[in-house]
Amino acid sequence: MAEIDRNPGIPLDLSWVSSVSVNLPSVKRRAETLTTRRTVKKHWQAAWLLRAVTCIDLTTLSGDDTDGNVERLCHKAANPVRTDLLDGLGMTEAGITCGAVCVYPARVPAAVRTLKRLGVQVPVAAVATGFPSGQYRFKTRCEEISLAVADGAMEIDIVINREMALTGNWQGLYDEVKAMRAACGPAHMKAILAVGDLGSMTTVARASLVAMMAGADFIKTSTGKEGVNATLPVGLVMCRAIREYQQHTGIKVGFKPAGGIRTAKDALAWLILMKEELGDAWLNNHMFRIGASGLLADIERQLFHYVYGRYAAGSELPMA
Amino acid sequence: MRTLVLATLTQDINMAGVVGINKAQGKPTISQIFNTMEYGPAPEDDKVAQAWLDSHHGKFGHFINNKWVLPDDRKTYDTRDPCKDRVLASTIQGTQQDVDQAVGAAREAYVSWSKLSGHARARHLYSIARHIQKHSRLLAVVEALDNGKTVRETRDCDIPLVARHLYYHAGWAQLKDTHMQGWKAIGVVGAIVPWNFPVMLLAWKVCPALAMGNTVVLKPATSTRLSALLFAEICAEAGLPAGVFNVVTGGGAMGTQLATHQDVDKVAFTGSTEVGQILRRATAGTGKKLSLELGGKSPVVVFESADLDSAVEGVVDAIWFNQGQVCSAGSRLLVQESVFSRFIDKLKHRMSSLRLGSSMDKTADMGAVIDDGQRKAIAQYVDEARRHGAQIHQVEAPPGCYYPPTLITGVSTTSRCVIEEIFGPVLVAMSFRTAKEAIALANNSIYGLGASVFTEKMTLGIEVARMIKAGAVWINCHNMFDAAAGFGGYKQSGYGRDGGKEGLYEYIKPSWEGQQRFTPPNMNLEKFGATYMADGPSLTPSTPQIVSGDGTLPRVDRTYKLYYGGAQKRPDANYCRVVKDATGKAYALVGESNRKDVRNAVEAAGKAQSGWERRSGFNRSQILYYIGENLEQRREEFISHLTTVTGCKDVEAAAEVDCTVERLFHWAALCDKHGGEVQETQVYGTVLRVHEAVGVVGVACPDQRPLLAFVSLVAPAVARGSTVVVIPSQSYPTLALSLYQVLETSDLPGGVINILTGNTDHITKYLTEHQDIQAMWYFGSLAGSKFVEHTSAVNLKRTWVNYGRQRNWADQDEGAGQEFLYQATQVKNVWLTAGDIFAN
Repeated sequence: MAEIDRNPGIPLDLSWVSSVSVNLPSVKRRAETLTTRRTVKKHWQAAWLLRAVTCIDLTTLSGDDTDGNVERLCHKAANPVRTDLLDGLGMTEAGITCGAVCVYPARVPAAVRTLKRLGVQVPVAAVATGFPSGQYRFKTRCEEISLAVADGAMEIDIVINREMALTGNWQGLYDEVKAMRAACGPAHMKAILAVGDLGSMTTVARASLVAMMAGADFIKTSTGKEGVNATLPVGLVMCRAIREYQQHTGIKVGFKPAGGIRTAKDALAWLILMKEELGDAWLNNHMFRIGASGLLADIERQLFHYVYGRYAAGSELPMA
Repeated sequence: MRTLVLATLTQDINMAGVVGINKAQGKPTISQIFNTMEYGPAPEDDKVAQAWLDSHHGKFGHFINNKWVLPDDRKTYDTRDPCKDRVLASTIQGTQQDVDQAVGAAREAYVSWSKLSGHARARHLYSIARHIQKHSRLLAVVEALDNGKTVRETRDCDIPLVARHLYYHAGWAQLKDTHMQGWKAIGVVGAIVPWNFPVMLLAWKVCPALAMGNTVVLKPATSTRLSALLFAEICAEAGLPAGVFNVVTGGGAMGTQLATHQDVDKVAFTGSTEVGQILRRATAGTGKKLSLELGGKSPVVVFESADLDSAVEGVVDAIWFNQGQVCSAGSRLLVQESVFSRFIDKLKHRMSSLRLGSSMDKTADMGAVIDDGQRKAIAQYVDEARRHGAQIHQVEAPPGCYYPPTLITGVSTTSRCVIEEIFGPVLVAMSFRTAKEAIALANNSIYGLGASVFTEKMTLGIEVARMIKAGAVWINCHNMFDAAAGFGGYKQSGYGRDGGKEGLYEYIKPSWEGQQRFTPPNMNLEKFGATYMADGPSLTPSTPQIVSGDGTLPRVDRTYKLYYGGAQKRPDANYCRVVKDATGKAYALVGESNRKDVRNAVEAAGKAQSGWERRSGFNRSQILYYIGENLEQRREEFISHLTTVTGCKDVEAAAEVDCTVERLFHWAALCDKHGGEVQETQVYGTVLRVHEAVGVVGVACPDQRPLLAFVSLVAPAVARGSTVVVIPSQSYPTLALSLYQVLETSDLPGGVINILTGNTDHITKYLTEHQDIQAMWYFGSLAGSKFVEHTSAVNLKRTWVNYGRQRNWADQDEGAGQEFLYQATQVKNVWLTAGDIFAN
């Protein structure tokens, strides 16, 4: 992604932010019918699933992460689909890898080292700014970013300050996110809204706009640690905010749903959402990522079925 | 052979239009799709449906008495798949003989079916529901093939709603004996349904009919017959007794044969307003009950306070559901001027991602319209708008029987495409400035079927929903349906409701009522009530005019005038009629009303109506109680008045006056106890059934019980918020005229009750013809009843007539039963979706 494509942000427009309101029942209905109105089958499904693979931020965010399991994750991100399957799909030379690996800051050096050794262009994303709660001093939250970038993270998944979103302190939120964006420097910033903490879709939409105004390259649904994470209705609201922002500014901001996306069918639903609401420009890993850990295994299983016409045992596919 | 080749070609072209990939170039590689991220074909397999057609050798007859009936010499009709322009099956064109056979079967089955316990009928409906669900995919595919609508819609909407109606009405069958006391089945129902939702609308008629104990003969639409026949087969499989549900196929003329069949007791129709009017006229004076669910031009009102992106989706549901071939299609978009251009931009953007394709294509938003004639009719409206300078925005449609989603701007209230129902995927958009203007524009239509309001301001949404004249108002959604909420129209969208408890009343009648079958007299409708006479002076007064002791002073004359707009008015023509007392002597002179008096009185009633309806029920009840109180005070005067003019005994007169006071109490009590209910639909939120006033009601009173009948008819209408123009008993009008002094002393606002005396038929004629009257209640002759029903078709006003039969006004059921509440109200369902909480 060239620097010129990045979202530079715009001054905070409070009247725009406060004019937004979201009708949840309508949003739910649209989300429910998206996948009854569109589907991809057979040939098309296989191609779409491969596309989904390239959009995965293959993630491990656990207290018991070590360099060992992070290295394994990197190997899987570099070789997400068995070569015989890629052969069967005629995609051997397509250079299919995941979109990124996503880890805690402490694991960034190991991930960067491993991917460099493997010689693949898969960026390392680090969660930062007091992930997942964000309930830390502003100074240390910003320092986490600088340190992760210094360790080689090319993408930073920040969490927004939920206290400010919930109390309507949009100016405060804007200032914080803007400062975080500055701390990221060349690293791309994904702003995690932690939608499950925000109480209403209207707050989700407003927080989306403020994060984009402050210069977020991506907006992201969740940490995966809240009660409600990436649901299609939430995704719809955030996508509409992205569209609105693009219509006002001409700038395209990326979208990353994360948390709870586990099946190939889920992945297709999210791709359909992107295509329908934002268009084909969002159907690639520059504009769309899926934060997931188990999803890849299910997609690989579906691809196996497409190639061989029968289902594989879990043990036959390399684990992450 | 030639046709076959053409069909195959068309199919290929269609595929190209849908998928964007020319088949001739072969299937794209995975690598290509990976790069383009196009959708691919996702066809529904129709092999089971084909096998079903094959099992009938592609040939269908009627389904009567649980058997296929295929008379030899009938004309045939090929039913077609509009998407692929191919014949699906051959069906037959029924004749009068076939209608006779089917109605005969239903009549015979009625004897035992109507006597079954509610529970037994519930078991049958439940069984049908189960079997429908088991065959749901087959039904969905057959329906989509035959109609051209997408299998997504039949699978996710039409067929689930069929099952839902069956279960819901199995419940009503179970509860009929306990919850619908005082009502009984009518007999044989002739149901006529259109092609836009062939099996769903069938279920809307058949379910309540069977649940209440009626039997049914159904005529499906000419172009969509297969799903009804399959439904009938499934009913037989489910064990429904022979003759309870029968299907006859045929053309439009056969529909009239069914509707006018002497053994059909009730006609249930969904279709065009034009055909509704024909049926109203054809059944006038026969005693057949009639419900009509007709056309619409439903408004979609988008306020600046709406979630505009969600409102755009609401518009998609409103006008591009079922190719816009929906009676409640939201075809008139009204957007607040402050957000008009922004909203139109969003809508155009959304239109660009709508996909058209074959009914079997699972990625299509829209399928084909029903046939080429319909496609051309739609195109004519759009072409005319274009010629008149409107801006037309369309997306691409495949060749064949498809019409693209269309948005028309630059039109106004005078444009034909704004006024008339197009019945296609064509939306017209106009702007408004304020809520008041939005309501005025929304109501600026002959129709009143559906409406939607988009706003995040609850106060605004609820107010607008109350003020739009339509049978269904959806807040922040459109075209939501459920068996628990009735569907049906105001104004020229018809009367009667399909679904909900309110829908049951279309298939029952009061238990005390005998069979309602009449032979309407042959009469010249043009001449009915066309002229009136008046009287000259009478030299035989009942009381001497000279009353003073020395024989010189005349008595002070008591003048009875007309009463409208809260004042006593001299009749326009200034003629009067002599009212005689029981001995035949002149009792009084009363005004002789003509069409101008009708015009004035209706205008007064119309002016008063909305304010009267907006008053609280409590306030209306206070006024009715007050009328009762004042009448009670003048009890002796009214008793003597009654005995003098009617010649009845004192004790009878006293009973009538006392019963009248009681009746006023009855309706005063009901002023604030019949507002509506919460409907238990499947929607998360609240669906309110609101019992609204009918509007302005014309009432023609009978001669029997001149005081009691007058109050029995007027009080329920007024209690529930309507205003009335009432013709009192022609023979004994002075009782009602004496009552206006009571009304004036009881705080009744002017214009709520308006009284016109004179020739009942003459005044009835002009009331019934008046298009600003919403209902006509007529208690007179059979000929007058026929006239009223026939003439009401002009604006499809509701009617309530007695076919010349008398009722016992003093009886609580006959004189003040639930029937009166039904007649005095019209049902609006307001859909309030709820939900803002999605997480913490």
